[in-house]
Amino acid sequence: MSASILELRDVEAGYGPFRALFGVSLAVGAGEAVALVGANGAGKTTLARVASGLLAPSAGSVHIDGSEADQGSLPAWRFVRAGMMHAPEGRSVFATLSVEDNLALSFQRAFGRSGLADGLDRAYELFPRLGERRGQVAGTLSGGEQRMLSLARVLVESPRLLIADELSLGLAPMVVDQVFETLSQIRATGTALLIVEQQVGHALELCDRAAVLEHGLISWQGPTNEAGAALESRLFESRAPH
Amino acid sequence: MILASGFFEDLFRGILQGTPPGAVYALIALGFVLTYKTSGVFNLAFGAQAYISAAMYFKVHSVWGWPKWAALLVSVFVLAPLVGLVLERAIFRHLRTASAVSKLVVTIGLSVALPEIFNWAARFSAVAGRQITGIVPDGAGVYYDPFGVYRFNRDELAMMAVALAGTLLLAALFRFTMMGLSMRAVVESPRMTELSGINANRVSAFAWALSSTFAGMAGVLIAPRFNSLSSGDYFTLVIIAVAAAATGLLISLPRALLGGLGLGWFIAVFNTFLPGLADDHTWLRPFQENLTPSLPFVVLFAILVLWRAVGRQREASDPLAGVDPPPPALAALERHPKLTLFTRLFGVFFVTVVGLVVWFRADVLWMSLVTKAVIIALIYLSVTVITGMGGQISLCQGTFAAIGGFTVFQMADRFNMSVLAAALIGAALAAVVGALLSLPVLRLGGVWLAIATLAFAFFFDAVMVKFSWVGGGSTALLTGTQVPRPLIGPIDFASDRAFLVLAVVALVVVSVVVIQLREGTIGRTLAALRGSEVAAASIGISAARARIVAFAVSAAIAGLGGALLAMHQQNVNYALNFAPIVALFWLVVVVALGSRTVEGAIQAGAAFALFEPLILQGELLGWIVRGEERLPEFFPLSGNWRLILFGLMAMQFARHPEGLVEHGKRRSATRINGWLEAREARA
Ligand SMILES: Nc1ncnc2c1ncn2[C@@H]1O[C@H](COP(=O)(O)OP(=O)(O)OP(=O)(O)O)[C@@H](O)[C@H]1O
Ligand SMILES: [Mg+2]
Repeated sequence: MSASILELRDVEAGYGPFRALFGVSLAVGAGEAVALVGANGAGKTTLARVASGLLAPSAGSVHIDGSEADQGSLPAWRFVRAGMMHAPEGRSVFATLSVEDNLALSFQRAFGRSGLADGLDRAYELFPRLGERRGQVAGTLSGGEQRMLSLARVLVESPRLLIADELSLGLAPMVVDQVFETLSQIRATGTALLIVEQQVGHALELCDRAAVLEHGLISWQGPTNEAGAALESRLFESRAPH
Repeated sequence: MILASGFFEDLFRGILQGTPPGAVYALIALGFVLTYKTSGVFNLAFGAQAYISAAMYFKVHSVWGWPKWAALLVSVFVLAPLVGLVLERAIFRHLRTASAVSKLVVTIGLSVALPEIFNWAARFSAVAGRQITGIVPDGAGVYYDPFGVYRFNRDELAMMAVALAGTLLLAALFRFTMMGLSMRAVVESPRMTELSGINANRVSAFAWALSSTFAGMAGVLIAPRFNSLSSGDYFTLVIIAVAAAATGLLISLPRALLGGLGLGWFIAVFNTFLPGLADDHTWLRPFQENLTPSLPFVVLFAILVLWRAVGRQREASDPLAGVDPPPPALAALERHPKLTLFTRLFGVFFVTVVGLVVWFRADVLWMSLVTKAVIIALIYLSVTVITGMGGQISLCQGTFAAIGGFTVFQMADRFNMSVLAAALIGAALAAVVGALLSLPVLRLGGVWLAIATLAFAFFFDAVMVKFSWVGGGSTALLTGTQVPRPLIGPIDFASDRAFLVLAVVALVVVSVVVIQLREGTIGRTLAALRGSEVAAASIGISAARARIVAFAVSAAIAGLGGALLAMHQQNVNYALNFAPIVALFWLVVVVALGSRTVEGAIQAGAAFALFEPLILQGELLGWIVRGEERLPEFFPLSGNWRLILFGLMAMQFARHPEGLVEHGKRRSATRINGWLEAREARA
């Protein structure tokens, strides 16, 4: 098997005494696109947090390029430096900084001072609305605009692996299409994807592989063309009493 | 015409005169804003940090005789950033996601402990009258008089220059550098910053080193203005400078500079004209005498209350706060029923044994200590109401208690009223003052509420206490603010034992009231508000009424406690018992030990009243080996240790914001619960 960029082995994780993941193993290879689907509260966001270093697993291990990431203190910035970017769920912009400062914070590190202007241009090209509002404080943007801002940050940088949690939430249908369009573009440039998505149709179309998370366990994973049937039976199952 | 030119000359001189103190306020306000902007901490320990550097400078230059540049290097550019780094690493890194209020409590603890730790470690003690020499050569001796109305000395010019240069440099740092941007980002969300690939720990370490260096610089520059170095002066300066920082909403550096200067000008001009006015209008005279020292606090209070933007400012919340687990429930709610029964039995047993021992064996000193602990615990229940239930910080509980104490003194002294009736009147009066005070300040919330109440406490301290109808005026200077013990029918509470019973009864009654309040509508409303004001408002819960009631009840409890303490000591002893700084102690002790439960308050009362005499002065050992000789020299610990331990407690609190008692209870409850459940499972 080709070396995976990111691999979780028997990861258990949770919040305080509460456990959300019970031994999850998942690998994303170079250039591969994986869709993570599951019911509300199944633990998808938790898994994304572990995969990007935000949350330390209580058991199991996280491997970056085959080598184990330091247990206990997994600073998220190391993941980013290793080429892994995470667009978290919900609002994820600095509310007190301007649109431009939000982007500059990321781009200056990624592209250096000289590449900063170029990066900003690309972001505004992707989302012209952001260009119009570059001086505005991000906290006062509309929900959709805030989403665009956090997306622009990760899409422009085209990292080695993009972990995206509910990208399309709160965006207008046309913008959703545009976002998936961009995702397939950056996929073509070799970026691997780990996408959490409620818009299962879109996600399966984009990805090679899917994993189904149920109650903190991966109950099925395989190629996306087999996922349809697997998902159907599972969705019915989870709707059944108890 | 002549009058007018005289007026303008006076005004101009006032402004020039006000510029050096204005620069002092500006320097502190700038540093304060810098810390807040880069670390998100409302750092009341800023003055303590400034003091440390000033004291170190004094030590190196004046005691060791090193040259000034070396002293500056050691104190400002080595020691100060080092202190900042240690504070960040040991404390504030763990507090990043803590509430603004718990951070405030920690900085209050530090502002008391840091100077003591330094004095002890460096064997430093300020000598009255030995002034610090400024950093410029002959700083106090060479004068410049550009306008022919006021002479500036070199120290003052250096201070003004640094304030201006500091503003410009820092503004440039925030505007043009990556580090400036990163520091602002980390304050809002360290996790989001990490997701941008930036090492948040390094950024906040830099931020603390930078702001501490600025604190050190300010401390050394200001020092020549003091007669002798005292950390208390620095603390007071910081409180005043908050007024200047508030005009820029703690964010704008240029406004902090202007605000500081403006404050200096205002006070100087006020002091230029008021004496003249008071000569013409005699009714102004008492105000002039009493208002002058408290003017900064009045201005602070006015700015907080009148500057509308201050109340509206909300902290930006961390969008990734969802990564943290929710705060756990009170341990008592999760306890195994058997464990609950056992704890109750043990509690009853323990209290009975202590009661019996005190009753039958205690000597006068012991009886008095225990009584004091009971009364202090009662006062602490007022903190349980306002902070534990309401989630708000009031720093004027000492003032409410003082109102109770002074009322008893005045009623007994003037009208020979029964002290118990007077205590009730005192509590009612405190409640009224609390409710009135709550009207303007409640809108503020968070740290601003804390500062506004502190300003009120300082105002009371500087002005009200001096009036003869409050603190007794000159009568009190001669005989003290004496208060008799109560007398009900045949029971004379002059006996220490009887008075202890009275105190315990009062404590029980107030405890029941507090528990009733917590379980009732008011308590539930407050709990809902603590969760989220916006959410609570959307289901129709109004903040105002519940909060005013909480403030009034809390003030009444404090007032009653203050009255009892005055009766117990047969004197109000305002400076010892109720001064603003003492009330700061109270808050930290209660919050650190647990402000959410009645037990927390009682344990905090016991700790506050008993810890020093029992442990530090070896009373406990002395008592255990009673009959032998007392062992006063057994523990070579001075009273300063109390302050250091107190600071350590505040730091410990940083790790366990639910309170130390609660933390301990939860840990043991988890363990014992597990054990009990395992046994049941086997059975
Ligand atoms: N900070 C937290 N503290 C405690 N429990 C949490 C926390 N965050 C999430 N949980 C719990 O962890 C479980 C998994 O949550 P997670 O957010 O991973 O679900 P999800 O699959 O992303 O759901 P959704 O599709 O609704 O986004 C849920 O039961 C949730 O209640
Ligand atoms: Mg989710």
